[in-house]
Amino acid sequence: MTELLIAISALVVLSLIFGAILGFASIRFKVEGNPVVDQLDALLPQTQCGQCSYPGCRPYAQAIAEGGESINKCPPGGEGTIAAIADLLGVEPEPLDAEHGAEKESAMVAVIREDECIGCTKCIQACPVDAILGAAKQMHTVIESECTGCDLCLDPCPVDCIDMLPIDGGLGAWHWDKPQDLIATDNQGQLVANDSQSSKEGQAA
Amino acid sequence: MNMTHFQLHDFVGGIHPPENKKQSTQNPIKFAGIPEKLVLPITQHIGAQSICSVNLGDTVLKGQLIAQAQGFVSANLHAPTSGTISAIEDRTLAHPSGMSGLCIEITTDGQDQWIEHQGISNYLEQPKSELVACIQASGITGLGGAGFPTHVKTSADPDKIDTLIINAAECEPYITADDMLMQERAEEVVQGIEILQHILNADTVLIGIEDNKPNAIAALNHALKVSRDDTHNIHAIEIPTKYPSGGEKQLIQILTGKEVPVGGIPADVGIVCQNVGTAHAIYNAIAKGEPLISRITTVTGNACAQPQNFEVLIGTPVEHLLNISNSDLEKTTRLVMGGPMMGFTVEQIATPIIKASNCIIAATNEELPDPAMEQACIRCGMCTQACPAQLLPQQLYWFAKSSNLEQAEQHNIADCIECGACSFVCPSNIPLVQYYRHSKGEIKQANADKIKSDRAKERFETRVARQEREQAEKEAKRKARSEAAAKKQAEKKAAEAAGTAPSKAAPTEPAVDLEALQKKLAATKTAIEKAKEKLAAAEAQGSDKVELFKGALEKAQGKMKDIAKTIAQAKKAEKAAASNSDKGDPNSPERLKNKLELAQARLETAQKRLEDAKAENSDKLDAFQTALEKQTERVLEAQTAFDKAASTDTSTTSTNPSADLEALEKKVLGSQTRVDKAQERLNMAKEQGLDTADALELGLNKQKQKLSDAKQALNDAKEVSTK
Repeated sequence: MTELLIAISALVVLSLIFGAILGFASIRFKVEGNPVVDQLDALLPQTQCGQCSYPGCRPYAQAIAEGGESINKCPPGGEGTIAAIADLLGVEPEPLDAEHGAEKESAMVAVIREDECIGCTKCIQACPVDAILGAAKQMHTVIESECTGCDLCLDPCPVDCIDMLPIDGGLGAWHWDKPQDLIATDNQGQLVANDSQSSKEGQAA
Repeated sequence: MNMTHFQLHDFVGGIHPPENKKQSTQNPIKFAGIPEKLVLPITQHIGAQSICSVNLGDTVLKGQLIAQAQGFVSANLHAPTSGTISAIEDRTLAHPSGMSGLCIEITTDGQDQWIEHQGISNYLEQPKSELVACIQASGITGLGGAGFPTHVKTSADPDKIDTLIINAAECEPYITADDMLMQERAEEVVQGIEILQHILNADTVLIGIEDNKPNAIAALNHALKVSRDDTHNIHAIEIPTKYPSGGEKQLIQILTGKEVPVGGIPADVGIVCQNVGTAHAIYNAIAKGEPLISRITTVTGNACAQPQNFEVLIGTPVEHLLNISNSDLEKTTRLVMGGPMMGFTVEQIATPIIKASNCIIAATNEELPDPAMEQACIRCGMCTQACPAQLLPQQLYWFAKSSNLEQAEQHNIADCIECGACSFVCPSNIPLVQYYRHSKGEIKQANADKIKSDRAKERFETRVARQEREQAEKEAKRKARSEAAAKKQAEKKAAEAAGTAPSKAAPTEPAVDLEALQKKLAATKTAIEKAKEKLAAAEAQGSDKVELFKGALEKAQGKMKDIAKTIAQAKKAEKAAASNSDKGDPNSPERLKNKLELAQARLETAQKRLEDAKAENSDKLDAFQTALEKQTERVLEAQTAFDKAASTDTSTTSTNPSADLEALEKKVLGSQTRVDKAQERLNMAKEQGLDTADALELGLNKQKQKLSDAKQALNDAKEVSTK
């Protein structure tokens, strides 16, 4: 009987000690917010374009993390972002949802045709990153280095004087292309066909 | 010092490709001549873009600055010969991308006329900063192939540099530009090296030369030992021929055994590495004052009939070199700028030679066939054995192929020197280097995107925070306003309650009552009329209801009388309330003034009545007379009371005499202008002989009177204020 009591009391003491430790840890090392949201937010392209139907990248990240929103609603990020999010969450990557727009070939920048601008400030209010400079009745202009190419300034413009142009980074942005993903065995048949064709030509000559 | 004493080290990996150097060393360096047109890309170096400093149509002399460096890591560009600027426009650049960039085209005049220039006669006596400035002004960039501005390297802290390494390895096949330079101009090269040694304060100078250049080694040793005493510490070191021993990090490892840390520069291990051609250019700049306007370029390849080294003006089109070396363009299937390992294919023969172009290979199809079709990696590991940077090329290949940038970075893809040894040994013909170059570009792009997206995020968050703050401010303002309004309302109510309390009745109430009563009265009146009509009708018809109608009529009339009475009472009460509220401040000047005016009006009516009575000879004349007198008395009384009040009023306000003075002054000024205007008008009227002249004169006199009054008042006020 005493052995039983000793065992129980020992367990009770242990459970109290560990309970206290756990309780302390849960207060002392409390995680503020959802860390997954931050990680997701870091993967999103931060164009703040709202094409995902959420008002910015972070709300979309929040919706994915907490609301189970699908991960394929970010056209500016495209397949790369979808793959990264899928990798983070351990889910299967899905193809980009065409409903929210298509991935663009190259990065875009908004350019105001300045002689047509009437100075209405509507685009300034629409820009999510304050990349448009101007004042009422004054010509506006886009700070190209800050523009995320989100298109949000296009719709409010009453005179349609904003163009989305692909960014030409010039020599500085150039880098080598990826070698063609084909290897010799991939198109063996085609090679044989070419060879036979050229040998035929040779015979004709 | 005997070089056999020198302990050489080795680097891991490396390959032995066919050298193909013999072809171009048979003939001496030849001046390539002045082509008709030179095309100079304004940026030929690593670093910030230079800015064009000449205009279209300008005449330039040889050595004249035509593009100005921007910032420290940038280089000047000079006109290689005299001529006219015939175009400043985008042209194809000597770059693997084949892209266009801003170029200056000089149409040469054949005079080759130098701009005034002068070397530094005794550089040992000059401050080192001056020498570096001279190198910077001369637009010297690394001539080995990378094109890094030389003055940046020579600006390294001399206290930290103990060894200067001169890269004369020239390990790439085909290229012999440095070999021939050393053979023919060893003395100048050594002088350039001495200048560099002086600037960097390096104890030891090691010239690394591959042992396949015996003539160059002999020439250097002659310059170092025969022409000089033994006080210098410059050694020409023969190193085994192995590609890529000319890689900066590899050469440092061979000569010193030191390894440059990951992401570091040679200066981190106390070493500065310069190309031998660069040393020659430094000699030209310091000793002769000549900027970098020409270089030695090897023109070789099987399609080239006379492979040879040329001294080429920067900007010379490749076409010109192919022509003077009798190259067969028909046979040339690939035109390579740089070596076969690290160079790039040039698509257009108009592409110019730039400062970094050390070799042009006009290759036939047999010599440099199109790369064979890539085959599957068989994981043979030959690339790993060949890699001089001790990387894992095979792993990097998989990561690059699957765009796994993170893993590629972790496997130190940044340390790849893109020497091409792995591709050279690959039995599957995989263009490994192109994969790595692509991945490096992707990583660079991803990093740039990351920076941009972080910035966008920051800006977005700042914007949202600002909007929230503005909203909060607005909300707070609105709240404050509504609170203030509520307070005001409450105060008003309280004041009303306090104000109406003594009069015992709200002034609005009797008014409402009065209105209602009057309406009632009107209604009863119409009712009475109707009743009268009915009564009349009944009487006319002789109805028996006449009595009834009469009773109703009487009742209605009684009601009307009652209403009239209450109305009269209400009116009285209202008047009493009004007079009560008047009594609140009986002595205010305004009230007194009103009283006075009232009295005066009464006096006037009394006078009028008296006059009327006099005219009519009425018997009431006496009564009117007494009434008038009484009224006059009252007026006088009111007048005195008002004056008294006014004087007390002014005495209280005279505590602020300056304001008063100002007001008076204004008044005087106003009157003055009015007088002037009146005078003008009068003059005009007189001139035109109008009959209004008299009236205007009267007006003028009046105005003058007012003016003098105002002046008097002003003076009085001034006296008072001075007292």
